[in-house]
Amino acid sequence: MNSGIFKYIGSWVILVLIQVLLLNHIQVSGYINPYLYILFILTLPFNIPNYLLLILGFALGLNIDIFTNTLGMHSAATTFLAFIRPFVINLISGRDVLELNQFPRISELGFSWFLRYSTIMVLVHHVFLFFIEVFTFSGFFHTLLRCLLSSALTIVLILISQYMTSKQN
Amino acid sequence: MRGLLRFLARNYFILLFLLLEAISIGMLVNYNNFQRAKFFNSSNSFVASIYKSYNAVTSFFYLQKTNADLAAENARLRTVLEQYKQASIPIDSLHQVVDVQDSTEHRYDFIPAKVINSSFVRQYNYITIDKGSEDGIKTDMGIIGPKGVVGIVTSVSSHYATGPTILNKRWKVSAKIKNSNYFGSLAWDGLDPQYANLNEIPFHVQMEVGDTIVTSGFSDVFPEGIPVGIIETFDHATGRNFFAIKVKLLTNFANLSYVEIVKNNHLEELEQLQQSNTNE
Repeated sequence: MNSGIFKYIGSWVILVLIQVLLLNHIQVSGYINPYLYILFILTLPFNIPNYLLLILGFALGLNIDIFTNTLGMHSAATTFLAFIRPFVINLISGRDVLELNQFPRISELGFSWFLRYSTIMVLVHHVFLFFIEVFTFSGFFHTLLRCLLSSALTIVLILISQYMTSKQN
Repeated sequence: MRGLLRFLARNYFILLFLLLEAISIGMLVNYNNFQRAKFFNSSNSFVASIYKSYNAVTSFFYLQKTNADLAAENARLRTVLEQYKQASIPIDSLHQVVDVQDSTEHRYDFIPAKVINSSFVRQYNYITIDKGSEDGIKTDMGIIGPKGVVGIVTSVSSHYATGPTILNKRWKVSAKIKNSNYFGSLAWDGLDPQYANLNEIPFHVQMEVGDTIVTSGFSDVFPEGIPVGIIETFDHATGRNFFAIKVKLLTNFANLSYVEIVKNNHLEELEQLQQSNTNE
């Protein structure tokens, strides 16, 4: 149990650093900014208490916000992400999935389940984040395009990182 | 009471969610109050030191480009200096020149600083530099780069400072067209990090594509005549009172390494004066 907690603290630190030091500086014509750090929320165990899920989501967003001077923006998006996580999991998986597995990972649940799960979660988070960032619906399609392109890259990064970490285990 | 408790216990998930979301939106909306709070931004020494040690590694990759930029700026300044030296001064105005030099105190000082973090792909972009209050940096000082205006300092810790760049929808610069001296406000629309818009230029002003846009010097932040950008297109839109001018920004925010902070030596005097105005 303890080693599990340390593993999560480690992944928190690594994901935040990757996000603020590398991914925030990716420059593809000003359009794409992937947000890989939400992988932390995605891979929390199934049996995590709901209140802890929300608080971790809020704290993770706040942590990113402090680095990027965008107080409230990421914390709003990640809190929302944490809020819908239980509903998304219930929506796409039967009872057996929750009973037989502990962690929502590609190594336990397979590619197709994980792809559906991460696609829904990433899209929800990115749409929420990008629209709260511009704070307007004018230029709707421009924002939507940025959002979809960034989501695609985030999903690819999440899948890659899943395969990289599952080999170690 | 019992009913209330039961209601809270049953719906705590939604209620906690709404509470955290309300805190987030509250912080987002009251942004300006929190911005000055030192802890919650990247001038806080822990965050800044992470950026700094990372920058210590990555800045090596940009050394060549940085050197070229600085050399170009050096050459430009040397040219201007020669022009000043060679300019023949008419006898009449000599007194004025001498008078100005007698009151030796120059109005602006420039403090060099290294950029340790900056962004340009978001809607609200910021820059963090490695000089702070111990180096004489205060809030509301302007930041300029080798090619032109960069941003303004809004938050200072003892060794670091941070603030919005031009590419930030929360900040505007007072700017003018160099040839005609008509001024307006330059603002970014959040779309393309290479272009900004110059607003409030009336229709009778003559201008051409390629005209330089410089700072107006009306704010206390920047001296007059610091370059900002070049007119890319301008449009006489119907139903509007002002030109829609698209300005190509001179500063390339993607590889900004060294900047200078503008220190206005007359700022206290100005503030006192304006204070006495408002007191009356």
